Amino acid sequence: MSAVPGEQHATEAADLDTVCRHFGISVEDYLLPSRGQIQIVDETGKLRPAEDQGTEPGHEYPLPDDDTLMKAYEQLVIGRRVNDQNSALVRQGRMAVYPSSHGQEACQVAAALCLGADDWMFPTYRDSVAVMAKGVDPLETMILFRGDWHGGYDPRKYKVGIQSTPLTTQLLHAVGVAHAAKLRGEDTVVLAMCGDGATSEGDFHEALNFAAVFNLPVIFFVQNNQYAISVPLAQQSVAPSLAHKAVGYGMAGERVDGNDLVALMAVLGRAVELARTGAGPLLVEAHTYRMQAHTNADDATRYRQDAEVQAWQAKDPLNRMTAYLQGKGLLDDPASERIAAHAEETAKALRDGLNQDPEVDPLELFQHVYAHQTPQLVEQAALLADELSREGDAK
Amino acid sequence: MSPHITTSSEANGNVSAATAQATVRAAERAEAAGPKPVTFAKALNTALADAMEADAAVVLFGEDIGTLGGVFRITDGLTARFGEQRCFDTPLAESGIAGMAIGMAINGMRPVIEMQFDAFAYPAFEQIASHLAKMRNRTRGALDMPVVIRIPYAGGIGGVEHHCDSSEAYYAHTPGLKVMTPSTVADAYTMMREAIDSDDPIVFLEPKKLYFSKDPVDLDALRAEHDAAASAGGHLTEGRAAIARPGTDATLIAYGPSVSTALAAAEAAAQEGRSLEVIDVRSIVPFDDETVSASVRKTGRAVVIAEAPGFASVASEITARVQERCFHSLAAPVLRVTGFDVPFPSPKLEHYFLPSVDRILDTVDLLQWED
Repeated sequence: MSAVPGEQHATEAADLDTVCRHFGISVEDYLLPSRGQIQIVDETGKLRPAEDQGTEPGHEYPLPDDDTLMKAYEQLVIGRRVNDQNSALVRQGRMAVYPSSHGQEACQVAAALCLGADDWMFPTYRDSVAVMAKGVDPLETMILFRGDWHGGYDPRKYKVGIQSTPLTTQLLHAVGVAHAAKLRGEDTVVLAMCGDGATSEGDFHEALNFAAVFNLPVIFFVQNNQYAISVPLAQQSVAPSLAHKAVGYGMAGERVDGNDLVALMAVLGRAVELARTGAGPLLVEAHTYRMQAHTNADDATRYRQDAEVQAWQAKDPLNRMTAYLQGKGLLDDPASERIAAHAEETAKALRDGLNQDPEVDPLELFQHVYAHQTPQLVEQAALLADELSREGDAK
Repeated sequence: MSPHITTSSEANGNVSAATAQATVRAAERAEAAGPKPVTFAKALNTALADAMEADAAVVLFGEDIGTLGGVFRITDGLTARFGEQRCFDTPLAESGIAGMAIGMAINGMRPVIEMQFDAFAYPAFEQIASHLAKMRNRTRGALDMPVVIRIPYAGGIGGVEHHCDSSEAYYAHTPGLKVMTPSTVADAYTMMREAIDSDDPIVFLEPKKLYFSKDPVDLDALRAEHDAAASAGGHLTEGRAAIARPGTDATLIAYGPSVSTALAAAEAAAQEGRSLEVIDVRSIVPFDDETVSASVRKTGRAVVIAEAPGFASVASEITARVQERCFHSLAAPVLRVTGFDVPFPSPKLEHYFLPSVDRILDTVDLLQWED
């Protein structure tokens, strides 16, 4: 049995006992999250000593390599720029709505970059930056938010589920994708995203239980940004942490500083490796903060204090990572300029694309309801076509 | 799966030549007399097995459908034959079952899932209405959803609360779903095969009171007929109502568990000299306006029959459609015989609720025959 992290393409699936033997810890110690959250780089951008990273035996996380970190940093810069560009486009009336992940970009980037090309991701409405970081065309991603159609990309082409607005329903789709892959003997890993409030939903429970019972390679990645829309975490759950919820399903849970890109890459990277070897699903909770309102229609001052927002400002994932990489000598001025230019290029493409008004075809309403239009839809499409032609005549 | 019965003489290894010859003669007589009686349940079971045999992407899952073969035994023997990977039990969670089916369909499988009873399917409603029904549309046609949701439904078996609902209106009201309900043993086979062939999600409503009804049916012939139609890219049942009994004076429009009641009413009416045509809707969505309208234009009178409470029901929709399309051919308003607008009754009271032959005949009498 070679199914342990770092030894991929195992011929034999690992089970919980094997994994625990590999780490030299009990099943309980493997399932339970570390006592604190894993943090590798502190809020000032300094590498914490290994003994001070919040790890425990069997929960140690090696530092990702420089190349991985630089690639992730580039996506982090782009993600921040995309968030702010899109918020501006909403204010200018170019987009109907944009749930920004400003402040959560480290989670967004790590969720996408921990996966291989054939792995799937199931995002929520707030995860546009993750969707783009996984490779989906930025303009295709924004079709939903511009109001042209409910979705703008082909999930099978990018291995990214359609961004979900109902909460946690997509976790079960992630389970199904993983189950189908397992039945065919493929080693696909699926990462399924949700927020802290969503862990109260019934489908959260059903998805975790199904994934555990069928021993499926699914990473449940909870971005705990402290609020649903207005309701704080304390009113969703009194569990010691959301990561603890894993234990009840026989699944390992871990919690990590969600504004520490290095820790996120390390924890999610190991989770993906473990899942791929057949060790079953895992739950990773990332502590982060939604720096802006839920959407442009929300007023966050009604339910949270400015001092709290300021405290989280000091933990910003981008400032921290910039300081860390500069301190490490990896990020010099030319590299910063190149990355900033790349981010600006992406923002400009979004601006240019979203400032155009593409034609929407009313008759497309009838095209994708069924594989073939029913006689009833043919009739209704003809009715609308007739109305349209009379409108055209009137003009 | 036919039970294996061991007689005492076989057990003793003592089968005489005479017994063997008698068996052969009996088989020959049966052959000459036409196909043997097959249950509705066996037809469904055979359709599932044939679909699994034809396509490795077809997988079955639900509650108690593996080792047990389902509470109605519709999946009997399929785990043994195809393995636990192809026909398996899940944890008891209907939203989980439907949601996992959606994910499997995204990743190339053709799941056939069982909801143990009509009212037990409601926890899955969000997955069905918000995702399964809309996935093709949300993704602008990129993702199809070849998922069949099998639901034993409706009453007539003295079932307890939450085991007898006629829930078709919820599904028929949801764009993106197709809704089918067979009423004959032959249709149970053919409609199940076509449901599994479909790239659209199908809510497949199985009238539970019919599971152990029997018709002489040649399953081999049905299989060949299905295969020929499928390879030609056509449908035998989807979107096609059937004329269950031809007639000239009025049309009874029914589906699922109500078709047999409508046929009994037509038989009784015939004794009194009135010729009633019975239409079996079969495919609620897409609805076969053509066949239904042609019948009502011919007869000039119609009664729509369904078990579900009548308010805002499929029966209401059919009534409206007939009225819109056949107004100038109608000699009387289109009437309905449906369940009352009350929760499904307890076993001792259900016969007051269900459409009956008498209630259908009384309603037919109201179709302004004297004018």
